[in-house]
Amino acid sequence: METWLLEFPQMSQDALRAIKRGIDKGYLSFSRTYGADIEAVFEPVLYFLVWFEKLLLNAPWWLIILVIVGITWFAARRWTLVLGVAAALLLIGYFGMWENTMRTMAMILVCTLLAILIGIPIGILMSRSDRTQSTVLPVLDVMQTMPSFVYLIPVVMLLGIGKVPGLLAVVIYAIPPVIRLTNLGIRLVDREVLEAGDAFGTSKWQKLYDIQIPLAMPTIMAGINQTIMMALAMVVIASMIGVKGLGQPVLQAVTNQYFALGLFNGLAVVALAIIFDRVTQSWGHRMQTYRQGMGDE
Amino acid sequence: MSDTTISVRNLYKVFGDDPANAMKLVRDGVSKGELLERTGHVIGLSDINMQIERRQIQVVMGLSGSGKSTLIRHLNRLIDPTEGEIEIDGQDIMAYGEKDLLKFRRHNISMVFQRFALFPHRTVLENIGFGLGTQQRPKDEIKNRALRWIDRVGLSGYEDYFPSQLSGGMQQRVGLARALATDAEILLMDEAFSALDPLIRAEMQTILLDLQEELHKTIVFITHDLDEALHIGDRIAILRDGEIIQDDDPQNIIMKPADDYVADFMKDINRSRVVRARSIMTKLRGTETGPKINAAMILEDVAQVMGKTPNKASIVVNKQGDPVGRLTIAGVIKGMARPDSTGTRIT
Repeated sequence: METWLLEFPQMSQDALRAIKRGIDKGYLSFSRTYGADIEAVFEPVLYFLVWFEKLLLNAPWWLIILVIVGITWFAARRWTLVLGVAAALLLIGYFGMWENTMRTMAMILVCTLLAILIGIPIGILMSRSDRTQSTVLPVLDVMQTMPSFVYLIPVVMLLGIGKVPGLLAVVIYAIPPVIRLTNLGIRLVDREVLEAGDAFGTSKWQKLYDIQIPLAMPTIMAGINQTIMMALAMVVIASMIGVKGLGQPVLQAVTNQYFALGLFNGLAVVALAIIFDRVTQSWGHRMQTYRQGMGDE
Repeated sequence: MSDTTISVRNLYKVFGDDPANAMKLVRDGVSKGELLERTGHVIGLSDINMQIERRQIQVVMGLSGSGKSTLIRHLNRLIDPTEGEIEIDGQDIMAYGEKDLLKFRRHNISMVFQRFALFPHRTVLENIGFGLGTQQRPKDEIKNRALRWIDRVGLSGYEDYFPSQLSGGMQQRVGLARALATDAEILLMDEAFSALDPLIRAEMQTILLDLQEELHKTIVFITHDLDEALHIGDRIAILRDGEIIQDDDPQNIIMKPADDYVADFMKDINRSRVVRARSIMTKLRGTETGPKINAAMILEDVAQVMGKTPNKASIVVNKQGDPVGRLTIAGVIKGMARPDSTGTRIT
């Protein structure tokens, strides 16, 4: 019997090696030529991130707890949640993880902000044209399913190790939900309501600001919530390329088999996740009181 | 200025992938069924011609699928025609560019929807002020004018409620106030009261007629309900399968239906409540000795007045009190009876 029926007819090893080497070389020369420029683009973001991290690290711990508790109260108006958040933060500090938690928090907040700033306009564009949607969706699919370690490689090749490549990796990993749900939320806005807007002569921008975005907001908030959760998950992986914070002790624990260290820091990540999740969710929930009939009294 | 506000001429709307080509076939006289079979295109509106008079309530009546909602949406260009002319106040609105169209919708024409289409995230006050917001008026003015309209439709005290907290009738009052608040001269009402239950519907009709007495808007009112059409319409156009069959004074539609379809429509109405004395009066003979009858009186009331002296013929007088016609009790009974052509079923 012919051999190609039994064994998959592979490309020759040499050819394969040549292709891989070609891609690597091409990308390497690209990153050598443009690496500095691209880094310069991220300069302001880095500056902001460093400033924000310092702010969180230098402010007295009780002030930060007060601010977070205040935000929680504003967003959720629930005492149980406020108490839970305060307790979680106090425990984190008591177990000596305050600084790393602040670093991670700074990273998450800046990443989320960046994801929102980039993601919402992309989502809006997608909602306006089916063609844009059908081009962006597969890209998002790839971004979400590609193992995150894989795109750490080109990011590191391009920008080296440190905060900016970490930030980039986290944003790429975390941005799909906010794009997807912005698109979805706007597309789900009732057609009759939009028609009413048209009948009263709203321009495209008025329609976007006055009708589509407000009505899509609960869905967009769900997307932001998901984005935050994914950013938190990625922060641990990003510690492999030099992002400081709760991820580093976890990485250290994995390589050295320190179970307790891993557990404590892992739990701190969980606590952060729960705080972010509950706060954004109850805020999103409170934004749609108008949907609940006679509820808001 | 002429008394015609809205003038629609030779309006066609063909739905499908390539309406321009399908339109050629329509012009060559291809029938509806044939067009659908050959090209998959549907004729929504076919050769519509209408002259709508200023400060009148023009009703467009038809069953579902007759194209009435499509027709009304042409008047503010939520739908563009495949072919035809629409002039409003002497302006060809088909020639409007994007900017002119927005201006036209903001200031000259407004709309009330069947399922209210209120903005769920805005309060009653904010909903009613919406049109004023798109007109970019100062905030104080928006608030004051919206408050006035809230009061006018009887919703004072509900300013800060959200639409979902209101009943259907209240929601449609908000819809009506929202449309009136822009001070547009033309008001489009797309089955505005059809989603309401009968009592509330009658109440809304009364509110509309009261407002109209004071505001004198040009109103285009879509409905599938004949009683509603006869109650509020100054003129009624009957639409079937995208064509206008009859566009006439309500009395003429009842007394002289253009064809069997219209006649069939009319057969179930309570004629004694809609036919007026002027529609059935005959020439004066000078021998009338019965009570005077107002020309606008409905036959139910005429019968009550004349029934006391059934043998005497009455003089019909117009608004000014001048005698214009003669009416006998036999004539009244004839006026209440269905015309012979409409297949009377005596069971």
